[in-house]
Amino acid sequence: MIRFRFARVAIDTAAARRELLDLGAGGYASFEGWVRDHNEGREVTRLEYEAFEELAVKEGERILEEAAQRFPIKHAQCIHRVGALALGDMAVWVGVSSVHRGESFDACRFIIDEVKHRVPIWKKEHYRSGDSGWVNCERCAAAAHDHEHAASSLTG
Amino acid sequence: MSAPLYGLILAGGSSSRMKRDKAALLYRGKSQLDRAFELAARHVNPVFVSVRASQSGDPSRTHRPLILDSVAGEGPMVGIRSAFEAHPNVAWLVLACDLPFLGDAALSCLLAERDSNAMATAYRSAHDGLPEPLCTVWEPRAAAALAAYQAAGGECPRKFLMHHPARLLEPVDPKALDNVNTPEEYAQALGLLDSRSPANPMQLKIQYFAVMREQAGRSEETLETSAATPADLYSELKARYGFTLPRELLKVAVNSEFSAWSRRLGPGDAVVFIPPVAGG
Repeated sequence: MIRFRFARVAIDTAAARRELLDLGAGGYASFEGWVRDHNEGREVTRLEYEAFEELAVKEGERILEEAAQRFPIKHAQCIHRVGALALGDMAVWVGVSSVHRGESFDACRFIIDEVKHRVPIWKKEHYRSGDSGWVNCERCAAAAHDHEHAASSLTG
Repeated sequence: MSAPLYGLILAGGSSSRMKRDKAALLYRGKSQLDRAFELAARHVNPVFVSVRASQSGDPSRTHRPLILDSVAGEGPMVGIRSAFEAHPNVAWLVLACDLPFLGDAALSCLLAERDSNAMATAYRSAHDGLPEPLCTVWEPRAAAALAAYQAAGGECPRKFLMHHPARLLEPVDPKALDNVNTPEEYAQALGLLDSRSPANPMQLKIQYFAVMREQAGRSEETLETSAATPADLYSELKARYGFTLPRELLKVAVNSEFSAWSRRLGPGDAVVFIPPVAGG
């Protein structure tokens, strides 16, 4: 079963939850990531998500497999949106079922944290001011650029 | 403020041990001279070819901007000094033309580490730890010292670097600066280059995402390249498209799986550079 996938339209959480049902499971936890109207002090008006889907699905599957090995869970799934999203839209959904509630919470947290750090998905924020930027990319590049300048002004 | 940096390819050697013109030796169908020139031109502009006055009509050299030897003496020192005579207020990236293993990665690193307060920035030899003078950034302030050194009978730019303030870097790839002086070394180099990357130049498929896609102005391309590794390829494409992200912040995938930057690329490989991710 493919447990990590991308959605081009609104995530159907009811359908996704049904896939986790298990008569041996006593608990279920889910996480939803929503599009927020601000980030790092800037007013955000909308988002675009883009993914390198072939590798992202492989890496996402690896994360879910790792979660299943770390925590005694029954089932786990993650669905991530790509494309244009508006404020309030759901960007990502994680669901886990397990015998007891603790593992569901822990695995859910593990999965969303790993997905944010490892899966090749990128987010472009559009701001109230009219400009836009790729999260984690523009500032890093600017910081590296400043660093080069600082280094050359020290030596030059 | 650093002086502007020009490129100088040394191609005035007498090739006495090779018994034929070293600059014209072919690697993968391209002469050493053309290969070195194109390599330098991906990093600095303009690039000149240093030749003896007697070589100025040589057809393998005349299609490049030339700097003819204008000072007396022997060896590479004459080429470097003649470049300073021609353009005194610039720094020179000096490359010997007979470094078949030298690639974009080693050159990028040299230029990034350039210290314009030193007389020169150079690599240490992986063999004896001594400075390698012929893949070196020579600063304008070295010009007078080189003249004085030569006037005192000095001929060896390596010895010059040992006795003057130069920034010396540890080699990145121990083979990168191996040079080729004899027919036997040429045969060995050909074999090694073939084993390092089988068919060259080869075609690679590059896909671009997110900030890389916007900066490259395309989402994919098929590219003919002699880059041996993803690291070399990124240097080449960074120079072409002006990517703002330093390689240290990226990951790379080859054939849809994460890869080391030093992996050897093969024909038809699909490469994706992965800028910092931001899912969730």
